[in-house]
Amino acid sequence: MAGLLKYNNPTVEPQMSKYRLSHIEYLESEAIHVMREIAAEFERPALMFSGGKDSICLLRLAEKAFRPGDFPFPLLNVDTGHNFPEVIEFRDRRAEELGAKLIVRTVEEAIQKGIATPKPGEVGRNRLQIPTLLRAIEEFEFDAAIGGARRDEEKARAKERFFSLRDDFGQWDPKGQRPEPWNLYNGQIHKGENMRIFPISNWTELDVWQYLEREKLEVPSIYYSHKREVVRRGGQWLPVCDLAPLTEGEESKTLSVRVRTIGDIISSGMIESEVTDCAGIIQEIAAARVTERGSRADDKVSETSMEDRKKQGYF
Amino acid sequence: MSDTPQSGFDMDLLRFTTAGSVDDGKSTLIGRLLYDSKSVMEDQLEALQRSADLTGGEEVNLANLTDGLRAEREQGITIDVAYRYFATKKRKFIIADTPGHKQYTRNMVTGASTANLAIILVDARHGVVEQTRRHAYIAGLLRIPHVVFCINKMDLVDFDEEVYDKIKSDCLDFVPKLGIKDVTYIPISALNGDNVVDRSEYTPWYSGPALLQHLETVYIASDVNLEQFRFPVQWVVRPQKDEFHDFRGFAGQIAGGTISVGDDVRVLPSGLRSRVKEIYTFDGPLEEAFAPQSITLRLEDEIDTSRGDMIVGDDVAPFVAKDHEADICWMHEDSMVPRRKYLLKHASNTVHTMVTRVKHLVDIDTLDEIEGEASVELNSIARIAFKTTKPLIYDAYRRNRQTGSFILIDESTNATVAAGMLIPPTSYQPVAGVESLDYTI
Repeated sequence: MAGLLKYNNPTVEPQMSKYRLSHIEYLESEAIHVMREIAAEFERPALMFSGGKDSICLLRLAEKAFRPGDFPFPLLNVDTGHNFPEVIEFRDRRAEELGAKLIVRTVEEAIQKGIATPKPGEVGRNRLQIPTLLRAIEEFEFDAAIGGARRDEEKARAKERFFSLRDDFGQWDPKGQRPEPWNLYNGQIHKGENMRIFPISNWTELDVWQYLEREKLEVPSIYYSHKREVVRRGGQWLPVCDLAPLTEGEESKTLSVRVRTIGDIISSGMIESEVTDCAGIIQEIAAARVTERGSRADDKVSETSMEDRKKQGYF
Repeated sequence: MSDTPQSGFDMDLLRFTTAGSVDDGKSTLIGRLLYDSKSVMEDQLEALQRSADLTGGEEVNLANLTDGLRAEREQGITIDVAYRYFATKKRKFIIADTPGHKQYTRNMVTGASTANLAIILVDARHGVVEQTRRHAYIAGLLRIPHVVFCINKMDLVDFDEEVYDKIKSDCLDFVPKLGIKDVTYIPISALNGDNVVDRSEYTPWYSGPALLQHLETVYIASDVNLEQFRFPVQWVVRPQKDEFHDFRGFAGQIAGGTISVGDDVRVLPSGLRSRVKEIYTFDGPLEEAFAPQSITLRLEDEIDTSRGDMIVGDDVAPFVAKDHEADICWMHEDSMVPRRKYLLKHASNTVHTMVTRVKHLVDIDTLDEIEGEASVELNSIARIAFKTTKPLIYDAYRRNRQTGSFILIDESTNATVAAGMLIPPTSYQPVAGVESLDYTI
């Protein structure tokens, strides 16, 4: 009983407001904590960097977690080949600025090697990213892949954990997820298994833009308003490009547009917008009446299309 | 009032949990909060309308906004913890939406573990039922600082004040024993929106705030322990660059208290003393930092410190021991095997552990403690005695939710099998080297 020397009565006076984090500071600290847990608990993690806004935040969070040291992981990009050139240029430049190692594996190469097989008539490459990613994970023996997915994106994501276990086939089992109380993440895996980890799980689209603004982070120019030839398909404006030219009877228009989310160029819906900076985007989102995934044709197929893709190994 | 989401940077964040069953209107209430705070977007409503059309053209069901997985929509139940996000002009909110049936106790525990506040729904027609007590008990067990009882479906009892008063007085029979700091009772109709976002004209006898007003204003600054400095070391920053060749920083998230440059600290479990040289962050050095900030600490002395150690203040020390007691919620289909080895993760430390004794189980419907040999199964709440291979550096959960909590992991399946909350030990044997410290119970 030697240790029980005194009972310390809890202080009851109100806490001073200087010890208070804003929502962005809270979310940032939570994400930095996750980053450091990954570095400590995994042997070979990789950070998925697409050049999109969410993964740009991840890179800043990695700087906050590990500087002045180097990143304890390389960056990995699964390149669909259906890209906006602005994004690829940005991706390469940003990785270089940070002194990070960037690994790129392409869907094109996966198709040539027979790892990914398009179905007859399949033009989009979202589904083909899955085998390409799994192959890259195998090739480098990555045991954890850090992604920028957020729970507010879609209903199936709302139940995903920070640490999301995938089996040997990269599959997600929504009913077999590990409980994740407090901030205690279970990073134990068997050989061949892989953890997908989402440090910004609790961020919303608005939080992401507020963070980009606060941190003065550059994003690819297509997030801002620009003139582009677009065509109305499936209720949204899609870019006219070599991969998805106009078909008979379609008419294109040149509009001031921007993307809210970057995917395969043939399915990334553009919204009409005159916004040219981060602050403007924040105002636009605060007033928006459609979710960001509402502009992705790939999510519109059925109410459970994201759940189905995730079970197969999609991010 | 709370009509459009705010675009400001400097808002508080309130995390709350909702527990309830299919029938008491929980999903409808969340749907209502999201809808009335304009957090539901047109494409989400469209998707709901599409599925309503397919199933026979019923009215859009707000509950469908939250039931995310296909199995849940098909069976009309919520089987997991789902996180939802919305904002008003005053605050941002994270909802942990959990099912209320007894077989989902583990989900309620998970949702409650990070919450500032719990909403407990009571059906005005049925009053306080077993489930009400269960939810309140879990809120107390997990030390959620604020609890709101929403007396729902008031429209079905003609907004009768006596119904409200009766339920409130029934709650007062057991709630004060649960150790919850702040309890509020609000009469609502989630379906019609009464007292959800705005005060209802049907309850002139009720003088308190509508639910959303309460969520926007409840005082949360004291929910974090800012008294004893606790800093579990997650990662050691040691740059391989010439200009930083003598940089050695201990990175982590502050789990309690505050710290300033020049403060005296001790590193546990070694007990070695040093002083804070720098609070390093990517954005520049800080003079002072506080929970739950993520920082990198540099000390005056070269002390061998690594992940799993804890840097603490020079005042009240945490416990440093190998024998422990805790309340646990068992979270896995495979029952607990006494005396078997499990992995235990506590703060940044993962050790082996063995449960030496089950002291009692709690019947969470009656709140009775059942003594004697008992099997700890999925959703059991139990008090256990256990030992660890290496010392844990911890506080009682009731003093610090970060340094007082742990999970158990099955070594063969790697499944997370339990969540635990440490209690002050009945007989305390500090490990060698730290006997001289002052402890708190």
